[in-house]
Amino acid sequence: MDLAAAVLEGDRLALARCLTHVENGAPEGREALNRLFPNTGRAHLIGITGAPGTGKSSLVNQLARYYRQPGGLENSGRMRPLRIGIVAIDPTSPFTGGAILGDRVRMRDIAGDPGVFIRSMATRGSLGGLANATAGLVQVMDAAGFEVILIETVGAGQAEVDIARLAHTTLVVEAPGLGDDIQAIKAGILEIADILVINKFDQPGAEAAERALRSMLKLAHPMPHVFRHHGQQEIVPSGYPDREDKPLWMPPLQRSVATEGVGIVELANAIERHYQFLHDTGEWQQREQARLQAELDAILQETLVERWRSSVSEKRYDDVLASIVARDVSPWQAVKTLLDGDSG
Amino acid sequence: MSERKIRVLVAKPGLDGHDRGAKVVARALRDAGMEVIYTGLRQTPEMIAESALQEDVDAVGLSILSGAHMALVPRILDLLKANGQTQVKVFLGGIIPDEDVPRLLEMGVAGVYGPGTLTDEIIRDIRRTVNPDLVQ
Repeated sequence: MDLAAAVLEGDRLALARCLTHVENGAPEGREALNRLFPNTGRAHLIGITGAPGTGKSSLVNQLARYYRQPGGLENSGRMRPLRIGIVAIDPTSPFTGGAILGDRVRMRDIAGDPGVFIRSMATRGSLGGLANATAGLVQVMDAAGFEVILIETVGAGQAEVDIARLAHTTLVVEAPGLGDDIQAIKAGILEIADILVINKFDQPGAEAAERALRSMLKLAHPMPHVFRHHGQQEIVPSGYPDREDKPLWMPPLQRSVATEGVGIVELANAIERHYQFLHDTGEWQQREQARLQAELDAILQETLVERWRSSVSEKRYDDVLASIVARDVSPWQAVKTLLDGDSG
Repeated sequence: MSERKIRVLVAKPGLDGHDRGAKVVARALRDAGMEVIYTGLRQTPEMIAESALQEDVDAVGLSILSGAHMALVPRILDLLKANGQTQVKVFLGGIIPDEDVPRLLEMGVAGVYGPGTLTDEIIRDIRRTVNPDLVQ
């Protein structure tokens, strides 16, 4: 039986093998992806990102446990345990190409559950917080019938925002003591949060962190509200006059202590509300389209470069490179020379 | 663009808490360019076999210092086989009495490494025994 068919039938070894082929960019993987693609698009993709040590893996562990409850989820009407796929990403060493993938250490509770499939992957040189093949792995899991897929990024700093393009719902995990209110208004990772989680809420400084993040959220997402100051009252409209009639998503702040399982039900409920919001407003479709467009563009770019490289001789390429190194032409001029085919 | 890496699961089955050796080996394999899935302490044979399956590893490295290797190792080998992972090589380190080594190798363990083993030796053996297409 071929690989894609075995994956669709729920063969776990075939699934594992298929993920390897996709991750390695092997022809078998591409073949399988082509076959599996019509079966994708059903899973809820949840991204979990944040600085190293904020507790991403522990949160993933707790969320997966929650979704695996025997009775299903009270609030969503799904009365059976969901099948959960997890993709956990850790960095590749830039010097040796090796990696230690340690996210499973925090996922012991769900390690033996047949309804959970955990796959660790290394970034292999990618810088956006995901590996290049992450989207492909997620597609395979989606086709294999996992209903919720949790994607844990590498420990991310300020600019690793690729996850927002891949996931439907992005959780940004913060912990007390990581920065003041200026950190909170910088561009980058906080902006991509659909839900902000302050984990380790039992640690000192948790309330201060919450205040800083809350004021940041208010600046970033102006909502109509009543402004009171020295006895005066004024009604302030939202910052989006053209969207006044459409519901807006205000990222909620969720408190949690993942190692104790505190705040997990509330977090899962917030995720559920976001899922409903995406469907009710049509944003689910918009995000799907944006994601597939990004994927199309990326593949197009890679394929064009590959195709072009195979059409030009090594020598011609090296000659042009040498002329850049000698400062005879700029890289822009060099590209024009190479693509237009004139001798420059 | 096709890129292949040797993937190794490093696990500590059983109840002893001495994970320094496992961490040293994990780090050495990382520095040798391998992808090491580190699972931590007190793993059951079932957890190890299931992790090896999900991660589609080429090799499993076990560290046992509790003396329970003659009970744990055969169980893990059987589970790997039952899952259809016949190609996975199993390496064993820790405190393993010399007289047990021949029996372990007979069961199908690919190598046994006691205290004082050079990490280079382990790396070389893994590279030599896993799927030859993978050797970097």
